Amino acid sequence: MFQTHYRLERKSLRLVLAIIVVASIGGLIEIAPLFTIDETVETDPQMRVYAPLELAGRNIYIREGCYACHSQMIRTLQDEVERYGPYSLAVESKYDHPMLWGSKRTGPDLARIGDKYSDQWHVMHLANPRGVVPQSIMPRYPWLTTTQLSVEHLGDDLRAMRTVGVPYTDAMIANASADAVAQASPDGDTAGLLKRYGEATQVRAFDGQQQTVTEMDALVAYLQILGKLSDAAKAPQNAKASGR
Amino acid sequence: MVSALTTSERTGALAILFALLGAGVVMAASTATRSDPMGFHGYLVMLYALGVMVALLRGYFDAEPPSSRLEHYYDDPTKAGIILAMGWAVVGMFVGDWVAWLLAYPDLTFNSAWASFGRLRPVHTTGVIFGFGGNALIATSFHVMQRTSRARLPDQLSPWFVLLGYNLFCLIAVSGYLLGITQSKEYAEPEWYADVWLVVVWVTYLVLYLRTLARRKEPHIYVANWYYLAFILVVAILHIVNNLAVPASFAGAKSYSLFSGVQDAMTQWWYGHNAVAFFLTAGFLGMLYYFLPKRAERPIYSYRMSIVGFWGITFFYMWAGSHHLHYTALPQWVQTLGMTFSLMLLIPSWIAAANALLTLNGAWDRVRSDATLRFMMMAAVFYGLSTFEGSFMAIRSVNSLSHYTDWTIGHVHAGALGWVALITFGSIYALVPWLWKRDAMHSPALVEWHFWLAMAGTLIYVFSMWNSGIIQGLMWRTYNDGGTLSYSFLDTVEAMHPYYIARAIGGLLFLIGAVIACWNIWKTIVTPSPGAVSVADGQPLPSLLPAE
Amino acid sequence: MGVSERDPHSGHQTTGHEWNGIKELNTPVPWPVWFFLIATGLFAVVYWVLMPAWPLGRTYTQGLLGTDQRAIVTRQVTRANEDRASGTSRIAALDVKQIRADPTLMKAVRDDGHRLFGDNCAACHGSDAGGNKGFPNLIDGDWLWGGSPNQIAETIAVGINSPAATNSRASQMLAFGRDGILDNDAVIAVTDYVRSLTDPGVARGAGAKSVAAGRAVFAANCVACHGPDARGNQSLGAPDLADRTWLYGGDAQSVYTSIHDGRRGEMPAWGERLSAVDRKLLLVWLLDKGSAP
Ligand code: HEC
Ligand code: HEC
Ligand code: HEC
Ligand code: HEM
Ligand code: HEM
Ligand SMILES: [Ca+2]
Ligand SMILES: [Ca+2]
Ligand SMILES: [Cu+2]
Repeated sequence: MFQTHYRLERKSLRLVLAIIVVASIGGLIEIAPLFTIDETVETDPQMRVYAPLELAGRNIYIREGCYACHSQMIRTLQDEVERYGPYSLAVESKYDHPMLWGSKRTGPDLARIGDKYSDQWHVMHLANPRGVVPQSIMPRYPWLTTTQLSVEHLGDDLRAMRTVGVPYTDAMIANASADAVAQASPDGDTAGLLKRYGEATQVRAFDGQQQTVTEMDALVAYLQILGKLSDAAKAPQNAKASGR
Repeated sequence: MVSALTTSERTGALAILFALLGAGVVMAASTATRSDPMGFHGYLVMLYALGVMVALLRGYFDAEPPSSRLEHYYDDPTKAGIILAMGWAVVGMFVGDWVAWLLAYPDLTFNSAWASFGRLRPVHTTGVIFGFGGNALIATSFHVMQRTSRARLPDQLSPWFVLLGYNLFCLIAVSGYLLGITQSKEYAEPEWYADVWLVVVWVTYLVLYLRTLARRKEPHIYVANWYYLAFILVVAILHIVNNLAVPASFAGAKSYSLFSGVQDAMTQWWYGHNAVAFFLTAGFLGMLYYFLPKRAERPIYSYRMSIVGFWGITFFYMWAGSHHLHYTALPQWVQTLGMTFSLMLLIPSWIAAANALLTLNGAWDRVRSDATLRFMMMAAVFYGLSTFEGSFMAIRSVNSLSHYTDWTIGHVHAGALGWVALITFGSIYALVPWLWKRDAMHSPALVEWHFWLAMAGTLIYVFSMWNSGIIQGLMWRTYNDGGTLSYSFLDTVEAMHPYYIARAIGGLLFLIGAVIACWNIWKTIVTPSPGAVSVADGQPLPSLLPAE
Repeated sequence: MGVSERDPHSGHQTTGHEWNGIKELNTPVPWPVWFFLIATGLFAVVYWVLMPAWPLGRTYTQGLLGTDQRAIVTRQVTRANEDRASGTSRIAALDVKQIRADPTLMKAVRDDGHRLFGDNCAACHGSDAGGNKGFPNLIDGDWLWGGSPNQIAETIAVGINSPAATNSRASQMLAFGRDGILDNDAVIAVTDYVRSLTDPGVARGAGAKSVAAGRAVFAANCVACHGPDARGNQSLGAPDLADRTWLYGGDAQSVYTSIHDGRRGEMPAWGERLSAVDRKLLLVWLLDKGSAP
């Protein structure tokens, strides 16, 4: 063994090859089967996609680094299930490119935050967390309410998402910007949005202002959809029965 | 420094800089019609290219370097890398301490977007890991591969390309977070164009390494180089796979990662864990394997242990990433593999640590008197400690408690402060007098001060995070007599407060130590040693036949 | 090729190589290394046999124990629910008065209520349930929608203006100024009038005229909800304006804003998120904290 090495360490290219081979095995065996074993991701035919406003909100969530403090992954542990709700399933983040499971819980898990609080509370909380929760150590994000959401290029985002496998239709891509505005404008024309994304799509002035579509609208719309793209987790037995 | 480049290298450098300038113009121009933060990076790239160009042009018409240069090692890039590493250390740790205070006093910002916790945190992690760690690795690897190969770097341009190109990547990364440009993948946050640029830089680095090895006059490749090589190779693989993404538009920063959900999580933590393994561990083991025996003037305790340790680390680490996803929606079979391989991984890790510590047998008196060597010794101790802790935390039931809590942060910094930073400081303290031909560091007393500040800082940091992490983990799962949860999440937030203050103070001590080091290094550089030049490490190349 | 030599300190041979002064000893690998490598390896093998472990193309080895983290936690939660059943079933069965009379049940209520309230309600109502601007105090005995246990329980279950619940309680304070129902003078006048109900100072001196005008505006626009004497209407969730508790504040600016821009407080529905027992527990916990009879 040591003799073999004694020869190996004399040839740099052989050493390089050996390192590549030895280091590749683990990743290959652990990652590749995740694409081939059907059971890995449950199937949910009802699974919906992020509406453009929600996707824009998700991108703000990423931009502000909320994932640095908040997980979106309820583990299969009794206390987590009792505190946060049903444990997270793989299918729930099937359209998350990238996933936002998080690795640190400085703040609570947000996987099921959708509908837990009111829009208004989110707006107040994000603008000044300590205004509503005096003990909070979360940063303030007051500028979200005053910054207009840039929606012009959302079609590009949907198209890229489709390229990586999210089933957005041509109509969704073509109308992305309009749909984003519509979702935050309950008084406007929302028929097309509801047709494309389903009647359950939440159409509200999320930031409390009818006239404008702000980044706050988008972020709150995203927070309010968390945990609601799929209902599979509510009936884990269905989830388990899925696959082959 | 330009005078060391040959005329053709100067032309080459100019061509590269023009290409870079062009890339910057394209980036800035393509975002002209759509306001996108990538435009800022266009200007940054232009500015960077112009800045380097000015430096280049100022020496452009100097005389060709004498051919006698080939009889000496080429150390200019190493020197620059050391200074850059120290600069990044102070910036990265300053931001680290800032975010530490933010968790205790969340309004210590300027109420502006860029200074919020979520944007500053990756500035810290990237600043210290890639800025500080990366520059230290590049600088020391240039030094070590030349010395242990008895070969000069093959040319004078590519090391500069690697070093300056890499720092451009770091700048794009860090400024991007402040502007809100991030992919959110921990330790891989920079967006697609920065990722592409890093691939170019990194491949050049690999080629440079292999070219130097090919020129070596030692038949055998020294163990430090195995580690540096593994670091370069595996980081390249990890980086490329984990950053696969589709940009929303080539005229904007935003991209969407190729994988989603559970596959993305596994890929990310295969990357994230092995970034720890091959960036924060393998690379620094390379450093340890050169500077510790050199400074202790002792032979490596066991060549055979080096072999077992190296291949064990290279093989086992790559399986362990799934320990970041215990109890999640990742299928349990992967978690099983992650846990078991993490346990086996402890053995090669401890082999490496033990090999270092046993090398000190016969030099313990030096450890006592020489703070530089003591830095290295304590680094090996903390390496052993954090790998033990890591393997322990990789056990599913332990991880159920530690995951998501400050315990992870404690573990990270036992490794980051105790291992990564200490071995780097030790190596730099050894290297600076060698490179700048001084008898010793300007002030050995300040090295001693730095050592104790670093020790105190690390211990305060790690102990406060162990406390807060374990308390928080326990509070989350405490049930009262009635069988219901006892504490609300908010209760745990309040309970963390004193530990967050303690941690920030520990971090401050550590930061002060790093600032002292900068000053000491600076004084060493600018104060010429009286008398003769120390030649401990700077001999001219003995010419021997090439080995391969 | 170098020649190996003996290191005087350790007594071991070197490998004979030297790299810029660094040598290596050819010390054999100490036995504990092999021992622990084999030990951890054996442990791993045993663990692989017992647990789901190795991928096999389209499936994976299930392990002899048939362990599944999801099944385990489901079982744990079920068992925990059973263990708690003795307490929870009694809470479910007894009425609020009976629960409050039972010290052991009340201990459970206090233990559990703190956590439940902290994780679900404190964000709005404050961790002491003392309320916040726009979010009512729940322990002052003053209720928008009625203070009987049934009424409170209903509020918690269906929420108020909750978009997620179809049967939510609904209430709205119209935006009299913004929507042009009243002109600005009228809004100011009725603001003064409303404030005069709790602060007689407002009606004195210069304010007297405005308050008088406001009284007329109130009679014409507000009594439908707030009642002729402004004592509110709990079936509409319209607050009492003549007591000293304010939901949105009793200063001139806040009252003006309430009337000018309207209000539409939103309380989420907890019927889906919290179990009936948890909700009842919270109800009792609130009553207990507020020490209401
Ligand atoms: C410094 C860490 C930190 C960052 C960054 C952070 N949060 Fe928080 N967050 C907290 C803490 C601590 C709490 C719990 C206290 C509270 O409710 O404010 C919290 C609570 C929340 C809650 C309420 C959760 C619940 O169940 O009560 C939401 C929603 C939330 N944060 C969203 C966000 C969003 C969106 C962002 C980014 C724009 C963000 N947070 C950034 C720390 C953080
Ligand atoms: C998103 C914020 C929010 C959360 C979380 C919340 N509430 Fe409320 N709650 C409100 C608001 C706002 C009102 C007043 C609605 C209105 O203005 O009519 C209210 C009203 C109430 C009332 C009626 C008070 C009255 O005077 O009639 C009760 C009872 C109540 N909440 C209990 C709870 C309980 C119990 C919880 C947790 C399980 C909870 N709330 C969580 C916002 C919240
Ligand atoms: C359609 C019914 C309705 C009418 C008409 C109405 N109110 Fe209200 N008012 C409400 C409700 C419901 C609330 C509580 C809103 C909430 O809980 O968010 C309220 C709240 C208020 C408040 C805030 C109380 C506090 O505690 O902060 C004031 C002040 C007020 N109304 C004054 C008036 C005046 C003055 C008028 C007439 C000009 C009026 N209201 C007409 C239903 C009504
Ligand atoms: C002055 C010294 C330092 C201080 C005060 C400090 C502080 C911090 C803080 C406050 C965090 C965020 C923790 C959280 O989110 O709760 C953090 C994260 C981190 N730091 Fe440091 N740090 C210091 C030095 C370093 C060094 C030298 C390194 C690496 C070489 C490092 C690597 C990291 C990493 C990898 C993380 C992310 C951990 C995770 O996501 O789990 N830090 N640090
Ligand atoms: C045997 C070696 C090691 C093992 C098995 C190991 C294991 C672990 C485990 C189990 C976690 C926690 C994952 C989680 O719950 O989220 C972790 C986190 C981490 N470890 Fe280690 N560790 C080892 C060595 C090291 C070393 C030497 C460092 C050097 C700095 C290090 C840096 C980190 C970092 C940065 C994280 C945080 C990742 C994140 O969540 O962002 N580890 N490690
Ligand atoms: Ca992390
Ligand atoms: Ca990246
Ligand atoms: Cu890891």
